[in-house]
Amino acid sequence: MAYHTVTIAETGESYRCLDQRSVLEGMEALGRKGIPVGCRQGGCGVCKVQVLEGQYTKRVMSRAHVSAEEEASGCVLSCRIKPASDLRLHVIGSMKKNVCRPLAAAAANPNPLPSSQPANKGDSPWQ
Amino acid sequence: MAMTGVLRPGHAQIRVLDLEESVKWYTDVMGLKPMGRDAQGRAYFKTRAERDHHSIILRQADQAGMDFFGYKVLDKATLDNFERRLKEYGVATERIPAGDLLETGERVRFTIPTGHAIELYAEKAAVGSAVGTNSPDMDIIDQPGITPIRLDHALIYGTDLDGATDLFTKVLGFTLVERVKLEDGQTDLGVWLTCSAKAHDIAIVRHGEPGKLHHVSFQLGSWEQVLRAADIMSKNRVSIDMGPTRHGITNGTTIYFFDPSGNRLETFAGGYDHYPDMEPITWSWEEVGRGIFYHDRKLNDAFLSVVT
Repeated sequence: MAYHTVTIAETGESYRCLDQRSVLEGMEALGRKGIPVGCRQGGCGVCKVQVLEGQYTKRVMSRAHVSAEEEASGCVLSCRIKPASDLRLHVIGSMKKNVCRPLAAAAANPNPLPSSQPANKGDSPWQ
Repeated sequence: MAMTGVLRPGHAQIRVLDLEESVKWYTDVMGLKPMGRDAQGRAYFKTRAERDHHSIILRQADQAGMDFFGYKVLDKATLDNFERRLKEYGVATERIPAGDLLETGERVRFTIPTGHAIELYAEKAAVGSAVGTNSPDMDIIDQPGITPIRLDHALIYGTDLDGATDLFTKVLGFTLVERVKLEDGQTDLGVWLTCSAKAHDIAIVRHGEPGKLHHVSFQLGSWEQVLRAADIMSKNRVSIDMGPTRHGITNGTTIYFFDPSGNRLETFAGGYDHYPDMEPITWSWEEVGRGIFYHDRKLNDAFLSVVT
């Protein structure tokens, strides 16, 4: 069993993550924050990150949220990667909360964003 | 409601990212009974208590989500009648031939205004429950896994909530049980509808994208069974979203959790009976947190954001 250090570039926060655990699980298990947590199973896309440095192993993840090109360039779901070395990453995913956009905003923009694009923060009263 | 039209939820086809991993998980952790595979490679399951051939179909795909949700109707004449009424209402319907799903008759498929594919069918082979119908014993649940009683309902997220509600109530004979209002006090954020005397057979939440799955739900017998399910989930390192807790809406005790592809499932127990003469229950915008999670009295981030 080996540990590696995962660093979130935005905040500089780092935590120790077992190589048997996903980067997301490792963060959650220590009560750390920084990456949005969704399904933790590669399906919902909210925990998307760009790996800036380091090696990892990965599992299948939803093509609705990560294209083959993105996956090849290290833009991946953090719930589906396990660290094989120390990692530095940049957080891309966000909680969209586009359920409850204000009615005026919904009327002004009746076509919702496709799921592959991050929604604007602040377009929901839930924010 | 006299049960002569739409009887109950009958099947959900769920997309999975790794079929073999999912077959093992739905068998060992959920405790569903494998019921074979078809020529397309789809894997079929039922609960021990369900009598029809299957209720869950898994399809290998490159993204998670739900392909369609199906309801069983009383008989073939009822199916024909619903198809005619859907067409009169202005909904395009498609007939899926018998045998496309294993042991299942013709299905009438249509897209509702939230972007979801809904099916009706009249025939599915009655293979029987684990204990049969001849002076049956209690079904002593000593199988591995959660072992739910039945596929109970789904919560879907989509765009035209009002259109979908109108279709379910006016054409398919569902009744409104509960609803949550947006801050204007007029617009529905979500509705809970039943075709039976359950608290819900479908729930719909207004959402910016069409055709999304929030969860597929399985019924358990008691709060103790909900806690047992939570123990099984933790032992198997299942990703839990929320719970065990209770909903204000429907009064059900619940756990939200995710399958190995990130599709949210629910195991729940309880709730109340609804009859069509009852006034619907309305939750205000300010009280929606208590409505969804009665003990926390607030929504979690994932409830509104995490769908497949």
